[in-house]
Amino acid sequence: MPARAPKRSQARTPAARPKPSRSSGGRRVYMVTGGVTKFAKAHPAMDFRLMVKRAYDYAARGIPNLTKDRIDGTRISYFSDHFSRQLKAASMVQDYLGLNPKGSVRIEWGGATGGECFQAAYEAVASGRMDVCLSAGYETMSRVATWKGNEFIALASDTNFDFPLGGFYTGYYALMVVRHIYEYLRRGKFAHVTDEREAQRLAIAEGQRIMSWISVKNHINALHNPYAQYPKRLTVDDVLRSEMISYPLTREQICTMSDGAAVALLCDEARAKEFTDKPVRVTGVGCGTDTMRLADRPFGKVPLLPHERAADYAHLQYPGVHSFRAGRSAGLEAYRMAGITDPKRELDFIELHDAYASSEIQTYEDLGLCRYGEGYDFTLSGAPFLKGLDYGLEVPKAGEIPVNPSGGLIACGHPVGATGLMQAVFAFWQLQGTVKKHFGDATLQIPNARRGAIHSHAGTGSSVTVSILERGF
Amino acid sequence: MAPPKAFDKFREVQEELGRSGAAIFRDANGLESLVIRFPYSIDYIHSYAEDSPFFLGLAQGKLLGSRCTKRDCGFRYATPRSHCMECGSPTEWIELPKQGRVHSWTTCHFGSEAFLSETPYNLALIEFDGADSVLLVRLKECVESQIYVGMPVEARFSLTPKYSITDVWFIPAK
Repeated sequence: MPARAPKRSQARTPAARPKPSRSSGGRRVYMVTGGVTKFAKAHPAMDFRLMVKRAYDYAARGIPNLTKDRIDGTRISYFSDHFSRQLKAASMVQDYLGLNPKGSVRIEWGGATGGECFQAAYEAVASGRMDVCLSAGYETMSRVATWKGNEFIALASDTNFDFPLGGFYTGYYALMVVRHIYEYLRRGKFAHVTDEREAQRLAIAEGQRIMSWISVKNHINALHNPYAQYPKRLTVDDVLRSEMISYPLTREQICTMSDGAAVALLCDEARAKEFTDKPVRVTGVGCGTDTMRLADRPFGKVPLLPHERAADYAHLQYPGVHSFRAGRSAGLEAYRMAGITDPKRELDFIELHDAYASSEIQTYEDLGLCRYGEGYDFTLSGAPFLKGLDYGLEVPKAGEIPVNPSGGLIACGHPVGATGLMQAVFAFWQLQGTVKKHFGDATLQIPNARRGAIHSHAGTGSSVTVSILERGF
Repeated sequence: MAPPKAFDKFREVQEELGRSGAAIFRDANGLESLVIRFPYSIDYIHSYAEDSPFFLGLAQGKLLGSRCTKRDCGFRYATPRSHCMECGSPTEWIELPKQGRVHSWTTCHFGSEAFLSETPYNLALIEFDGADSVLLVRLKECVESQIYVGMPVEARFSLTPKYSITDVWFIPAK
């Protein structure tokens, strides 16, 4: 018996209403340099201040004669006070970098902390409050054992209703992908199977197989990224055979905890031209949100991207627990600002928040790389793979829109407060065409990349940021 | 007193911390970092505040949701909220049916440190007739191979309430 989704008047979903168009307001903002520490399970010889300092020094070397008096202020991010056990840790970063008494504020927004920090620096410059703003982020997750770390992360779920059931984010993502598989594989490719339980088993097995493609892609991409924590050559079977963490997600489909730091320097147009001949312009920023609890997600209508039609989703109850309305909203805002109407054609690559292989596939749909329901086939087409790499898979459309060319969170690691900034730095190097210089290996350089997106994601999709970066030279 | 022991592998440092509370990590360049271990525990004084009737209800074997009091809204929450997220009006308490269906599910083979001893355990989002949202619970008395979307389930309540969401769980409908 198929489940009857809770009935809900669709007219009530506010996101379905058209939004008045917004001005792209403010001054032009550019990224002019960035730096990342190697992400690692632990960095016992560096505390958080030194990690940020190393990333900052690397970034500073990218601009000849950059002195700290040119920096007007900072936005500093870390996710968890529990991992830090040092309140006002961002003040200690500011202090260690020698940037007092300039203005600074700490940014925290769950898993999207790094992406929010980047946008906070964007806003400081766009508003005219600063000409040059440093965004810097870190996380030190090695300070507790893995399962205690999972507990800290799960404190970012409702502690009355969700946490006491297991306090486990992988469990929440498994709940979401089981429903995603039900909506799109059970009711799609396996619609013809009459035995309901058999149909669901087949659909989940197919979903697991396709999710494993994501893990293979991201780990193999990371073989060419010296900053990545877990580069490795895997096969689909390796991924499927790795330990079951929360059915149907296996260990190799899940990112790990990391220590690491990243910084991005943003500035106005005049400073950008002075600092570098290869600036990258931030042409769009978007942020979306959703309910903290999965259980509260509405069953309404899809907020449409320009290349979609309402008829595409006539029978889809959205977002339910299968999709990220926050990601869709963030994408809508950022695309509108950047003037993007067909993201798959108009973006050259995306660095997105693949904390789970499942959420990478869900995010393809949220960001409009394919329609809702097409994420599995989109993966199998090879479109998000890089051209010219040997994945041991048939990927006929490789290179169409590479996703996570760096290796993403699954292979690079996820030191939360740094992750969104790491994406900004990797995207910046792609757009500058300087991947070879920074990675010592040109394999991951996307030829002639002109425009890319970065996507940072929190909670069970309770907040998401999308930023669009374009060559400014 | 002897100085802390030095190790080249951080895993060995962690093991030593469990024994003596201090160790030295020596990195590839020979740089030595002193690493210590200390406990951090807190008793919180937590009020369920406006959610209190839900948890008191569980102790009486009742599953309470809430319904928006605005006539042309009337949204019914299976996970109660004291104000409606659709229209902002106050809600009133309603009793949910004790039977529902699995909207989605998983079996967790790991969990937070506090829950590792309970693995494997099942989580399920439950949908109810007459409710517009769902409820996250533990699903017991069944294993991974038996659970499916749409499975009819029914509520069970703890006879020794701990005033936690774990005072209710679901099992396959009898």
